[in-house]
Amino acid sequence: MSYDLIVIGGGPAGYVGAIRAAQLGKKVACVEKDRAGGTCLNWGCIPTKSLLRNAELFQLMKQRADEFGFAFDNLRYDWSKVVKRSRDVADKNAAGIEYLFKKNKVDYIRGEASLERAGVVSVKSSDGKTQKLEAANILLATGVVSRPMPDFPFNGKTVIGSREAMILEKQPKSIIIIGAGAIGVEFAYFFNAFGTKVTLVEMMPNILPLEDTESSQAVEKAFAKQGIQVLTGTKVVKAEAGKNGVKISVEGKKAETLEAEVCLVAIGVQPLLPPGLSLQLTPCNFIQTTDRYQTSVSGVYAAGDIIGPPLLAHVASYEAIQAVEGMFTNHVPKRVNVFPSCTYCQPQVASVGLTERAAKEQGLKFKVGKFPFSASGKARAVGEIDGFVKLIFGEPHGEILGAHIVGAEATEMIGELGLAITLEATHEEIEATIHAHPTLSEAVHEATGQAYNLAIHI
Amino acid sequence: MPYVEMPKLSDTMTEGTVVKWRKAVGDTVSVGDVLAEIETDKAVMELEAFDDGTLKEIYVQEGGKVRIGDKLALLLGAGESAPKAANQIPATEKNNAAKQVQEIPAKTKTESAPVSVSASSNSNNRVKASPLAKKIAAAKKVDLTAIQGSGPGGRIVAKDLDSASAKISGATTIAPAIQTAGDSKRIPLSGMRKIIAERLLASKTQIPHFYLNIEVDAGELLKLRAQTNEYLEKSGAGKLTINDLVLKAVIAAAVKVPRVNATYAGDAIIEYADVHLSVAVAVEDGLVTPVIRQAQKKSLREISDAVKDLATRARTKKLKPEEYQGGTLTVSNLGSYGIESFSAVINPPQAMILAIGAIVKKPVVNANDEIVVAQRMAIGLSADHRVVDGAIGAQYLAELRRLLENPVWMLL
Repeated sequence: MSYDLIVIGGGPAGYVGAIRAAQLGKKVACVEKDRAGGTCLNWGCIPTKSLLRNAELFQLMKQRADEFGFAFDNLRYDWSKVVKRSRDVADKNAAGIEYLFKKNKVDYIRGEASLERAGVVSVKSSDGKTQKLEAANILLATGVVSRPMPDFPFNGKTVIGSREAMILEKQPKSIIIIGAGAIGVEFAYFFNAFGTKVTLVEMMPNILPLEDTESSQAVEKAFAKQGIQVLTGTKVVKAEAGKNGVKISVEGKKAETLEAEVCLVAIGVQPLLPPGLSLQLTPCNFIQTTDRYQTSVSGVYAAGDIIGPPLLAHVASYEAIQAVEGMFTNHVPKRVNVFPSCTYCQPQVASVGLTERAAKEQGLKFKVGKFPFSASGKARAVGEIDGFVKLIFGEPHGEILGAHIVGAEATEMIGELGLAITLEATHEEIEATIHAHPTLSEAVHEATGQAYNLAIHI
Repeated sequence: MPYVEMPKLSDTMTEGTVVKWRKAVGDTVSVGDVLAEIETDKAVMELEAFDDGTLKEIYVQEGGKVRIGDKLALLLGAGESAPKAANQIPATEKNNAAKQVQEIPAKTKTESAPVSVSASSNSNNRVKASPLAKKIAAAKKVDLTAIQGSGPGGRIVAKDLDSASAKISGATTIAPAIQTAGDSKRIPLSGMRKIIAERLLASKTQIPHFYLNIEVDAGELLKLRAQTNEYLEKSGAGKLTINDLVLKAVIAAAVKVPRVNATYAGDAIIEYADVHLSVAVAVEDGLVTPVIRQAQKKSLREISDAVKDLATRARTKKLKPEEYQGGTLTVSNLGSYGIESFSAVINPPQAMILAIGAIVKKPVVNANDEIVVAQRMAIGLSADHRVVDGAIGAQYLAELRRLLENPVWMLL
């Protein structure tokens, strides 16, 4: 069997790349060893958003019922149903991808792929049979898995990664989360909302260290209010896993030993290289690619998490489309430089473009506009006054260098600013755009005005 | 609709000037009556009434310049009354219109950004550029029309200006900071000058020009003209010029080598079935290139008459748009100005322009290796290399030379 393209991996890079190639009239196969949709749909973005929705609702009813005029005699939740809803959502989505493969006539092959050489992939299916597939082009999109701490391996019970954290049979009484990136922060919010005692440990001076410092600080403040113990600038010096819990010695503002039932290690990921032919790697062991997403072997391409950061589903899909269009059309593939980042704790955090820190480091001239949701009518009406919109405008032309939103629907609002950056809009175009009233997104308009002394409500 | 608005009278027109009102307020008007004379970028044209009625108000006075679609006058039919707010709206619009007219010269004093003109969405030559790119272009005084965009859908983005600005900013310096002792004159661009600037800049920056030059013996040509004119004079018909003969040869040669009578169309080359010959005519403050249509079917006499008629009407701005649009190749003859040889800029979307010089007496070495006095005429060819290669250009010039040096062939 000979294809125009074989994609290894069915996640947001793999399935999107496969479908785009099929749309271009190519004969395509996609090999996946687990389930179509990859980490994103099955063990990442989607099931965690389901869990977080449960957490938000429960937290609202438990802590703010009276404010909205509700009263419950006996507010309860069923942990297993919380987890089951998340799994059902993931299953439905994965089935949706399998349907899309069919619709686009992509051969979906279940099994473990090995890259024999350029043009040849062998696939071992679960029944032990091996078949050889040939293709003019191969796209590697095998992704990443959670990275363990040195000398503190995952054991599936007390030391876990994000994958186990979303299907715990029993809610832990206490959890220590090491690493306060998006994954660590989202699980901290989730477990805390349901009453687990959460300690969040981060080595860097702030949680969500890639976000604008003001965004990080806003979430730290909110977390403290919610009862999460946040230890920033804190290093793990010793970690021990016992039968019924963990003991973690840390050094930060003070040295102490923390104890909990479970430890979630969310310090990062490691690449999941496909077996077979070895390819040139980056210093962090991701697959090295050219501007056209080609690996060190001609005819073999790679996209998504496997080629290194930013490790985001939407970036992975973009890269795969660029790679595939580069293979089969005259399109000159583009590399990712501007992309949104979203964290779905409450308040949510969303950003696109440069942080104020980065703008300073790059020596750029800029102006900052900021508007707090506490001054927004809609935010007051829906009872979500935490957070702000912060925009960074280049000088002298007023182009948008970066946008940072903390608040209830931050992740739904960042799209406008991504489009603005792509179109190279300046403050004037945002200013000239009528934003619907009453919406939270009016804050984007007002933050723009604030930078140029034109804001009305502040 | 009771309002008479500035119509779009040519493809490139963005605004028009009211030269003269032929009707006055209070006059009764019938469909087809000429209301006013409007000057566009290329010609003065008559504005006809589309409705019967009475001219109630005139908003733009003679000499006033407004954009397409702006209101010129209020024309009410019998029994029709002015719109409810007509007494107010036109009053303010009258002010606006008047203000606009005044603003144009006022603006040219202080502001100098043709960029904003070309970026305006009303313009035909709308430039696709990001807001940031427009701002940078304005700050750097770069003409966006001359830049190739690399953004989504060919949009010009900021990055395109990094490299481009250095390359072309010199060509479009807008407000040179040159000090003079006396008061220098600032001449606002006429519509025609704007079009010339835009089109020729686009031509020189976007078309890969190359040039070929030959010198032909015009002795036979002069002889033929003398003979024909002797006869024509007796018969009372108009005389032929050397230019008429040159045009005839240019047309005949283009039929022989059709590749020069063509256009580069992005994904194809279009060789035209007809030779629509554009002839450059100098007019006050510019030039126009009226077109002799299906010139390959015309006799020498017909060509001569057509050129005379078109040139006369071009100078008095009486050409209709279709008379200066749609040419397939151009001839520019500066012989009568004493120019011996020159190179011309291609008239887009054509692929070739010929530059004809004056006939000059020169010493030449003849076939017998003797130095003799000869009548020589230089011809320059500028061609779009995407369409015409050197060899094709040479082939064309060889054919042109054959015809000009043996004009009797043209009669066949």
